Amino acid sequence: MAEQETILEANGLTKEFKGFVAVKNVDLRVRRHTIHALIGPNGAGKTTCFNLLTHFLSPTAGRIYFNGREITGSSPAAIARMGLVRSFQISAVFPHLSVRENVRVALQRKIGNSFHFWRSQKVLDRFDRRALELVEAVGLSAFAELPAVELPYGRKRALEIATTLALEPEMMLLDEPMAGLGQEDIKRIAALIRTVAKDRTVLMVEHNMSVVADLSDTITVLARGEVLAEGPYATVSKHPAVIEAYVGTGHG
Amino acid sequence: MTAQRVIGVVLLAAALVAPWFAYPIFLMTALCFALFACAFNLLLGYVGLMSFGHAMFFGIAGYFFGHVVKAWGMAPELGILAGVAGAAALGAVTGALAIRRQGIYFAMITLAFAQMIYFFCIQAPFTGGEDGLQGIARRPLLGGLLPTKDDRVLYYVVLAIFLFGYGTIYRIIHSPFGQVLKAIRDNEQRAVSLGYEADRYKLLAFVLSAALAGLAGATKAMVLQFATLTDVSAAMSGEVVLMALVGGLGTIIGPVVGAFIIITMQNYLAAAGEFVLVIQGAIFVVIVMAFRKGLVGELTDWWKSRRSAG
Repeated sequence: MAEQETILEANGLTKEFKGFVAVKNVDLRVRRHTIHALIGPNGAGKTTCFNLLTHFLSPTAGRIYFNGREITGSSPAAIARMGLVRSFQISAVFPHLSVRENVRVALQRKIGNSFHFWRSQKVLDRFDRRALELVEAVGLSAFAELPAVELPYGRKRALEIATTLALEPEMMLLDEPMAGLGQEDIKRIAALIRTVAKDRTVLMVEHNMSVVADLSDTITVLARGEVLAEGPYATVSKHPAVIEAYVGTGHG
Repeated sequence: MTAQRVIGVVLLAAALVAPWFAYPIFLMTALCFALFACAFNLLLGYVGLMSFGHAMFFGIAGYFFGHVVKAWGMAPELGILAGVAGAAALGAVTGALAIRRQGIYFAMITLAFAQMIYFFCIQAPFTGGEDGLQGIARRPLLGGLLPTKDDRVLYYVVLAIFLFGYGTIYRIIHSPFGQVLKAIRDNEQRAVSLGYEADRYKLLAFVLSAALAGLAGATKAMVLQFATLTDVSAAMSGEVVLMALVGGLGTIIGPVVGAFIIITMQNYLAAAGEFVLVIQGAIFVVIVMAFRKGLVGELTDWWKSRRSAG
């Protein structure tokens, strides 16, 4: 059977918090090997969507399929093991582990020795070469032995991507990868995302419009928990409802 | 690292000659508490789980030991094994429920379980109620080959048990499993997003910690020849927190130092009566305010900064 075109699909995704509907009947279809952006004004439900897709929150209604397989009820860790790996809005590193160890924790998972409390951690040394390759790929070679807590913010985001890549996920969900970064870092991370997206799928929430315009193949616009428009940047940016949503809430 | 290693070597040398300079019973008691504090620190320092009921494992293992050796007349080795197994089983049951919650709620659930165990021990027929289990005979070890009536002989047995427990904790911390534990401690959500079922790792750590606390408790019952309500009480749960904090969380040797300080104080200030508790409280406040990393933690930092300066 040929690989399906759609890698991730959500149907009628809804999340209610005690009377407040954060996400309402959202349909989402992400095509394989594309970069798909989820945008919208603050409070539009983007991060909630992410949490639902990775089951860090349970949906009130709706179904989610990854590679044609339903994952609506799977645990967050199980979803990650299937190859759908997410990042977080605030940089997510392990502050007291070194840069190399951060990446190695991800590499270690697939071996299945992670419950082996009676073995020396020297058995992990064989992952060091691969870990250092990944560390180098994101430009952090000089910091490999530094505890992650001591990295500047932009470097932490790069480390986070290296850690995610260590899992060789089929699909990455990036929650505001550019948040809090300076111009230089934005360029570097954008280039990194483009590189890693060559043979995988990326779904990202992002506020920086020039990054979204530059990177995305498809954009889904959310407002008040509902899908407002979908399509390539050129189409979406001219959509009257989108302009109104942005102008209406952003500058009104 | 080097600072900790130097401290370790000095302490080991001191431990080998100690029974010729200090009262062996006191030393053995201190070693049991040191192991108990290390077991507690495995959870708090390396998984970030604050248990407020660890005395239940320490104390229940003493009763298991006492019952197996006194009522059933079996060998002390079996008594210790029963203590470890009993504590581990209790850890599996209470841990499975407690790890579903975090922070203060986790602490409160462990405290509640410990209180249940405490009142169970007052009421149950085989614990001796208020009296505890008294006069547990000191039987020889290794099928009669190793008599333990001599306190100095027993001291080396207890030292060996302590080193075994300490080595086990060291290995757990520096194992593939230990790496995942530290990742979960640092950022649980991220560990989950990498595909780790955090709860299972926490539960295994909890059971291991309970089993080691049980090893300490059973050994203490062997040394002092009684199992007592004090060892399952909430005060004991608090005391182990104090020991770990005074020595330094997240340093593997810190709790050992902390336990020796606290036990020494209780021993030599016994004349001060209940005032020992007041002094303990004052020390606790000073340590938390001024030496947040505990004595060993601060010492390690001082050593490191001196080295990088020189």
